[in-house]
Amino acid sequence: MSKDRYTRPQPVIISLILALMLAIAPMPDWAEPFRPDWVAMTLIYWATNLPRTYSVGWAWIIGIVLDVAQGTLLGQHALALSLVIYVTVKFHLQMRQFPTLQLSATVFALLALYQFILFWINGVAGVNTPTVSYWGPVLTGSLIWPLLTMMFGGVRYRARS
Amino acid sequence: MAPAKADKQHRSPNSPALGLRFLLLAALSILLLIIDNRNNHLDAARKAIGATVYPLRVVVDAPVTLWRWLGDTTSSRNELELENSRLNAERLLTQARLQRYAALEAENARLRTMLEATTRVRDQVRVAEIMSVSSNPFRHVIVVDKGTRDGVFDGQALIDADGVVGQIIEAGVLSSQGILISDPDHALPVEINRNGLRTIAVGTGEFDRLDLPFLPNNADIREGDLLVTSGLGGAFPAGYPVAIVDSIVRIPQEPFAAVAAQPSAALNQVREIMLIWSAPEEEAVEVEISEADLPVEDSPEDESPDAEDPAAVANEAPGDE
Repeated sequence: MSKDRYTRPQPVIISLILALMLAIAPMPDWAEPFRPDWVAMTLIYWATNLPRTYSVGWAWIIGIVLDVAQGTLLGQHALALSLVIYVTVKFHLQMRQFPTLQLSATVFALLALYQFILFWINGVAGVNTPTVSYWGPVLTGSLIWPLLTMMFGGVRYRARS
Repeated sequence: MAPAKADKQHRSPNSPALGLRFLLLAALSILLLIIDNRNNHLDAARKAIGATVYPLRVVVDAPVTLWRWLGDTTSSRNELELENSRLNAERLLTQARLQRYAALEAENARLRTMLEATTRVRDQVRVAEIMSVSSNPFRHVIVVDKGTRDGVFDGQALIDADGVVGQIIEAGVLSSQGILISDPDHALPVEINRNGLRTIAVGTGEFDRLDLPFLPNNADIREGDLLVTSGLGGAFPAGYPVAIVDSIVRIPQEPFAAVAAQPSAALNQVREIMLIWSAPEEEAVEVEISEADLPVEDSPEDESPDAEDPAAVANEAPGDE
């Protein structure tokens, strides 16, 4: 499994725990629709940089934990996250080459896919009907993305494979 | 360096194994989704994973707790005196009301005996604190800091000082999830306090509005009517205030009037809520627990010893017949 050159697990685990905390932290009502998908973004970052270690399996487990934490249907976030991470790992080589703007656009597409899966499952299960603000996290997420990569810069690793 | 690189190229992360793994996990997720949507066989797993998330919740909640603690400890003497006098006045007022309540309760019990109905049991309440609210704007779900260890059970009613807040949907060991009455998936049997007209209050996804979609155009309802729980759904004890009707639109072509009501409880402002134990016989243990360290129990029987007598009569009455 751990064929990545830089595989100290502590930074990844700590960042994932922080992302989970941000995902359940209380926020004012007006900001709630714009809460970025911290967990999805953190997983996308690690899957781009260390795709052999942090792949769909991790995404699935974190997704189950997120399902329990947010009280959604069990498997909903797990399915959405593993699909997004699958796509990320497929295209991780291209994504490493992208300039910031293009990468943000890619992250926008990935987060849109993520929200779409969640929205879809909600629809099939008859949970509720959304408004436009359902897509707020996608927008804020891709705007915050460059900032996030800078924050992770301390534990940055440049792969040349 | 070189062997490591060669090794990596041998084992690309894009290998077919990745697709296979993804397909397996996706199938597993869909299976879980179907099971979870149909029934609650997965509750045990949910509770187990929920216990691992509990420390995260505590940490996330810590800044708010700290902030409130700071606010409490640093509030000025002047403020405290003001609050103290206000609370004293409020207490006097409440006590005066409570005296009347005791008398009324005794009278009610007597009347019920005459009707050969059972006496209504006094509900037990216990204060719980909201630890977090759902991050999904379309699900009004909260997490409270009491669980099955404290006697919380699925379907338990939640109230605040002004009215019904919601009910427990998933009782964990240390914390539980509750759904607010404003959640679009929540419906609550209510009756109009003025005339006993029964209907259903449905959540809208807005904290300050409930809909009453099943009232015909000629229903006897007015703006300002108080809606109370009817107790018919089984989950909520009867007689707690739910909402006040604030708009009625009667459209002649439509079979039902569009009635909206404003919840009495401040659904998005409360921090402390109360759990109610009302079913007497099967929840005997839980009632005992809540009596042990009950902070807000109302005990009017001290003032009116004869409040107990009608209850005793009520218990005997069916036997006499």
